[in-house]
Amino acid sequence: MSDLADLTIHEAGAGLRARNFTATDLLDATLRRAAVTEAHLHAYLTIDHDGARAAAATADRSLAAGDDDRPLLGIPVALKDNMVTRGVVTTASSQILAGWNPPYDGTAVARLREGGAVIVGKTNLDEFAMGSSTENSAYGPTRNPWDTNTVPGGSSGGSAAAVAVGSAFGGYGSDTGGSVRQPASLTGTVGVKPTYGLVSRYGLIAFASSLDQIGPLARTVADAATLLEGVAGWDRLDATSYHGDLPDISGSLEAGVEGLRIGVVSELTGEGIDPEVLSATRVVSDRLSDAGAAITEVSLPSTEFALSAYYLIAPAEASANLARFDGVRYGLRVDGETTEEMMAKTRADGFGPEVTRRILLGTYALSAGYYDAFYGQAQRVRTLVRQDFATAYERVDVLVSPTSPTTAFEIGAKVSDPLAMYYSDVCTIPSNLSGDPAMSVPVALDEGGLPIGFQVMAPALGEELMFRVAAEVERAAEFTVRARLATSEVDA
Amino acid sequence: MTNWEAVIGIETHVELQTATKMFCGCPVDFGDAPNTAVCPVCLALPGALPVANEQAIEGILSIAEALDCTLTETSLFYRKNYFYPDLPKNYQISQFTFPVGVDGHLDLEVAGETTRIGITRVHMEEDTGKSLHQGETGRIHGAAHTLLDFNRAGVPLVEVVTEPDIRSPQQARAYGAELQRIVRALGVSDAKLEEGSMRFDANVSLRPQGSDRLGIRAEVKNVNSLRSMQRAIAYEIDRQTEVLEEGGAVVQETRHWNEESGVTTSMRSKEESEDYRYFQEPDLLPLYIDEAWRRRVRARRPELPAQKRARYHDLGADAQVAALLVDSPDLGTLYEDAVVGGADPRPVGIWLTGEVVAYLRREGKAIGDTGLRSGDLVELAAMTAEGDLSSTAAKEVLGAVLAGEGNPQAVAEARDLLQISDVSAIENAVDEVLAANADAVEKILGGDTKPVGFLVGQVMRATGGRADPKVVHELIRTKAAG
Repeated sequence: MSDLADLTIHEAGAGLRARNFTATDLLDATLRRAAVTEAHLHAYLTIDHDGARAAAATADRSLAAGDDDRPLLGIPVALKDNMVTRGVVTTASSQILAGWNPPYDGTAVARLREGGAVIVGKTNLDEFAMGSSTENSAYGPTRNPWDTNTVPGGSSGGSAAAVAVGSAFGGYGSDTGGSVRQPASLTGTVGVKPTYGLVSRYGLIAFASSLDQIGPLARTVADAATLLEGVAGWDRLDATSYHGDLPDISGSLEAGVEGLRIGVVSELTGEGIDPEVLSATRVVSDRLSDAGAAITEVSLPSTEFALSAYYLIAPAEASANLARFDGVRYGLRVDGETTEEMMAKTRADGFGPEVTRRILLGTYALSAGYYDAFYGQAQRVRTLVRQDFATAYERVDVLVSPTSPTTAFEIGAKVSDPLAMYYSDVCTIPSNLSGDPAMSVPVALDEGGLPIGFQVMAPALGEELMFRVAAEVERAAEFTVRARLATSEVDA
Repeated sequence: MTNWEAVIGIETHVELQTATKMFCGCPVDFGDAPNTAVCPVCLALPGALPVANEQAIEGILSIAEALDCTLTETSLFYRKNYFYPDLPKNYQISQFTFPVGVDGHLDLEVAGETTRIGITRVHMEEDTGKSLHQGETGRIHGAAHTLLDFNRAGVPLVEVVTEPDIRSPQQARAYGAELQRIVRALGVSDAKLEEGSMRFDANVSLRPQGSDRLGIRAEVKNVNSLRSMQRAIAYEIDRQTEVLEEGGAVVQETRHWNEESGVTTSMRSKEESEDYRYFQEPDLLPLYIDEAWRRRVRARRPELPAQKRARYHDLGADAQVAALLVDSPDLGTLYEDAVVGGADPRPVGIWLTGEVVAYLRREGKAIGDTGLRSGDLVELAAMTAEGDLSSTAAKEVLGAVLAGEGNPQAVAEARDLLQISDVSAIENAVDEVLAANADAVEKILGGDTKPVGFLVGQVMRATGGRADPKVVHELIRTKAAG
């Protein structure tokens, strides 16, 4: 592995500070990798060559001046295209925002720029982050670098694929019901959904405001910690952002699991979960036990209702969040005889089928006469989910489960069956409903050579503990294989 | 024939004059060129988020507290969903259950009678942008196209909703006027109806006199002055009376008041009305107003118009003058300062609400632009009380002081208006006049008092009109009778 594009962020950072190579060298390696892999993957919607070159040059000047203490300085990163970037087209993979050039940076983006990160470009997603395969993109699907006939998961499939294949050192996605963790699981990367409020949502194009969180995708747990620390923290522009001391994430990675109580979620150990996934999960649990943790089974009884509750709450919020796309101020406009007709035509043409389905579902769930039975009931389930977690955390320090019920599935396999697709998020959704942190760590390959992810969940603001366990999972699993497309000879 | 009773409830929107908008840092300033006081948040760009403005929360708390509402400890924001081009997010952040204030009241005094109007709720929301329909009528029908100005989008808006406790157009107007005074006294809004910083919607229904059931109501919109609110409600009462007298039924609908034609016309009926799909705003935390905050709000409640009227009344102004002085706070302040400075309240109140108001109106000036200070009023009142100035001369002096000619003493001297009330000086003149008019003196001694007036006139003429007529009169009576 002599290619710079294959280094971890920590290795790359050390190399930059040792003057073994420059930030521009890292970017060149990244862009060379992208030039080879993009034709097969379509991880990126936009590669910002000029912006990235300028950022790398700036980073090199800082490094040369000895101003080099920012951990992400000079590191090429990929951003999901629902993160608003000033001067770089941002579409959320929707026709309705085709060509939209934002006049402002979201807070996470601004922090990355301040941190000296090199933003390579904007990655593909399911339109408005609605999906679990990155097939619902108005600009075509992204493919999985482990097997290009399969999906990379979603909705942050573009960032996950880019990180897995080496066309970015780290990536950011957004996780509303598993949209960072599930693609991480399917692409053999580490993906984190932080505690709700840990990362500002200002400048993240909203899908479901009470569930959305920006989170990193990385090739190692340590890299994920660094990426998360690069964007976390209070923001006065987001009223729901957490205002308090931040967990020391990177500092917790070597502490081990000796004496920790780890609960295996019993509702996620059987029906509906692929046996190979289950057995990989058990192997990891055993190794955690070997490393000194006390493993028990813990029940989260509301898990079976969480998926249904999520598919009412998220579409309900989305139906309002997406109302602003009306053709009046920006984005697509399809003319009509009246203002109402213009708005209706714009929205009919601009939104894809899954987005339309969820807007309709959400509108219906909030309508007079249905509110209590649907939205109101879903909120009550959400309260139960929170209570279940709270009860569980009285007995254990962290919870674990598979991240995804299956490994990567074939492109098109679930497109015509939304409910099967929705089931992809069964293991991840409870943490979004509770607001607690959760992350996925790759632990094994299935018989078909596709990666399996292991989920670690912790109480709110328990990132230190969660990463501590995740680091142990990473060490125990010894998962070092790389995506086929990242290692094989590929025609340019 | 049935005697119908009108049942009226009023919803008022008040724009708060905060430094910045409700959910972003854009300035609240209505003089700006269109679409210059805007940002990602109030334009609802993708990804932008609202953050509540503390100054606006303080403002609504003041209003709710002044209306004697119960202040909700944990108040919630909601999204009110509807599509309209000047509503950038296509939902308005508003309140639904748990508004900032509930169960308040406002006492109205109309013609000496006090009526308590219940306040159902006081809630916080944001204003929309402005649609400027380009066409002959300026209304949406027939407009060729519409321009949008988002400077107003996101301006803090307080909605005050009454119980259906109002019974007449006059009472409705009095309520509107009193609410306007309160909001202004609190200093949270200029509450200008003509500029839309205060707006009324009236819900009007009728029921047979004596019934305690509510009739079907129509909501009247677009009333842009207190007068048009009174007219619109009066019209609506007449219209509904006619409908009911003819055996028809009032339709629950929204009606538009047309100022020129003086009628209301149907905008939309309830069947077409929208389902706003309210749900709690996930981008904002609940608003927690703890006891300490509630105490602070109560502690800083300023003197409200009703209390001020009562105080002015106690200071010696009659009810009408007191009301006028409260409506013109600058004059009220002058009044207070003058009275506290020792002036007789009666003439000061009459001067301020008479000559001064007339002068300001005639000259188009504010009181601060004139030469009149409270000390001048104290001086003027003293000069009048001591007989140095006749009441007519006092008005002339006041006019000159307003025009900036100087203080009352200087003006009176310069204009030679001071009365001679020194008895010895007047005595000489009286003696001369009596000596020259022996006939008249004769008659008076004979019991005929008619010539007294003639003699007073002669003395006044001899003194150039400056002798105090009371003193002259007294001297003639003593001397002639003497």
